[in-house]
Amino acid sequence: MSEEIKKIATRESYGNALAMYGEEYPNLVVLDADLANATKTGVFQKKYPDRHIDCGIAEADMTGIAAGLATCGKIPFISSFAMFAAGRNFEVVRNSIGYPHLNVKIGATHAGITVGEDGASHQALEDIALMRTIPGMTVVCPSDDIETKAAVKAALEMDGPFYMRTSRAASPVFNDNPDYRFELGKGITLKDGKDITIIATGVEVSYSMEAAKMLEADGVDARVINIHTIKPIDEDIIVKAAKETKKIFTVEEAFVTGGLGSAVTEVVSEKNPATVHRLGMQDVFGESGSWSALLEKYELDAKGIYNQIKKLL
Amino acid sequence: MDKKELLKTAVKVRKGIVTAVHGAKAGHPGGSLSAADIFTYLYFEEMKVDPKNPKDPDRDRFVLSKGHTAPGLYSALAYRGFFPVEDLPTLRHLGSYLQGHPDMKHIPGVDMSSGSLGQGLSAACGMALAGKLDNKNYRVYCLCGDGEIQEGQIWEAAMFAGARKLDNLCVIVDNNNLQIDGPITEVCDPYPIDKKFEAFNFHVINVADGNDMDQLKSAFDEAKTVKGKPVCIVAKTVKGKGVSFMENQVGWHGKAPNDEEYATAMSDLEKLEAAL
Repeated sequence: MSEEIKKIATRESYGNALAMYGEEYPNLVVLDADLANATKTGVFQKKYPDRHIDCGIAEADMTGIAAGLATCGKIPFISSFAMFAAGRNFEVVRNSIGYPHLNVKIGATHAGITVGEDGASHQALEDIALMRTIPGMTVVCPSDDIETKAAVKAALEMDGPFYMRTSRAASPVFNDNPDYRFELGKGITLKDGKDITIIATGVEVSYSMEAAKMLEADGVDARVINIHTIKPIDEDIIVKAAKETKKIFTVEEAFVTGGLGSAVTEVVSEKNPATVHRLGMQDVFGESGSWSALLEKYELDAKGIYNQIKKLL
Repeated sequence: MDKKELLKTAVKVRKGIVTAVHGAKAGHPGGSLSAADIFTYLYFEEMKVDPKNPKDPDRDRFVLSKGHTAPGLYSALAYRGFFPVEDLPTLRHLGSYLQGHPDMKHIPGVDMSSGSLGQGLSAACGMALAGKLDNKNYRVYCLCGDGEIQEGQIWEAAMFAGARKLDNLCVIVDNNNLQIDGPITEVCDPYPIDKKFEAFNFHVINVADGNDMDQLKSAFDEAKTVKGKPVCIVAKTVKGKGVSFMENQVGWHGKAPNDEEYATAMSDLEKLEAAL
């Protein structure tokens, strides 16, 4: 029998992390907009009922309330689906949190195409693009349970607005090694390689690792980099990859326009021009289906990534 | 502060508004002047604030949800001693800390950045909620425009404030009846304002003349006695109040006076001062 890999959705890790840090950070408060069950903040709510505020189905108001709480020294985490937390809310986040640079953390769950069955109306593909245009906003997309918890801790330790997108899909836990160290703004080289570089974020990191193994069998030595912090992005690790390998492939389950693909391309084109192929959602809306079927259709599972890279090599 | 002093201060605040907007060659005098008495009453009589310690965690808070009337807030803050009155004419100039809309990062005494209508009341709710969570006694005041309450987020916030029984929150609606495109009744009628807030579980106080210090005093005194409900003071005011040619003129919502108009406005205000 093969060894079973533990899988957990990063949204679940997010809720668990909040509950885990509740005691250490007495100013931490958690706000929801009638989705505490789905955003998994219910664990925090159970443990700290007085510090969990359900604002009802009113994301803009929740965001403003968090801003007000932050002016009084609280560290609010606001939770909702990425579609609402970043999309519906964009201008409130920009003006009530970003402009005054308030210490509000946005825990956006259900990001990307892996929302699955709910379909296009709920699949936020543009949240990275939106959030990274806000000056002073940190944008994080963790790849597994361990990274999500580390990111929540980092958010609590830093002062200023922070956006984290987590996924509904179960992700294998792979950062459980003693050398793992999370630092905001620092990418992680998971596998060295000299031919090409795959730069991935979020749930796409583990698929990219699998794809790299498949490429290896074909004699392609692929480097794999996990970019958990999309803003501020780790320019050094990207420039190094552009210099040392022939091509860069970015992988995300979001729009490549404005997303990780754009962020990497911006660095490469300005600092060390090289070819970047952006894998992810192109200029189309998603649709209903299981998250695994969707990843297969849009060629964002391991096999899809492998196939796309092979065609572009 | 006695009533005569308050009235004199309100004239000074009005002069500061006109001077700031004239210096900026842009800005919003109409709604700043309609609320000048409210700004004055809050900062010189009602609120516990200390210009020497503007970030005191126990201070009362003020959120200018109708952020475009920043000249009114800035003038009150300047005369209250938060920053030099002489800086008012630098409003909206490149390099000045007096930004076109309230900027909490750079302006002493500004408790929340605002300007995009409809957002300030949510922040005020957050401040009031923090006070409840921390068992603090400070109060939170939030000034909204009567046009501004057309924004849906205001009602999300009102629902929250009522549901959470935020009795440390006092909303004031500056009911001057005019917005950019015309009378509020013609643009998109928000009346009845009082009944709407009542329906959202507010204790509502109607003020027949929101430019009258006695009526403001009795409203704010009553507001402090209310337990278990947020308060909304609906204050009927006159847009452009105190400057003859601006009163009730929608055109003065967002326009600066030229030199000649500035002189007339200041002379109007000096006459008011002399009559006190």
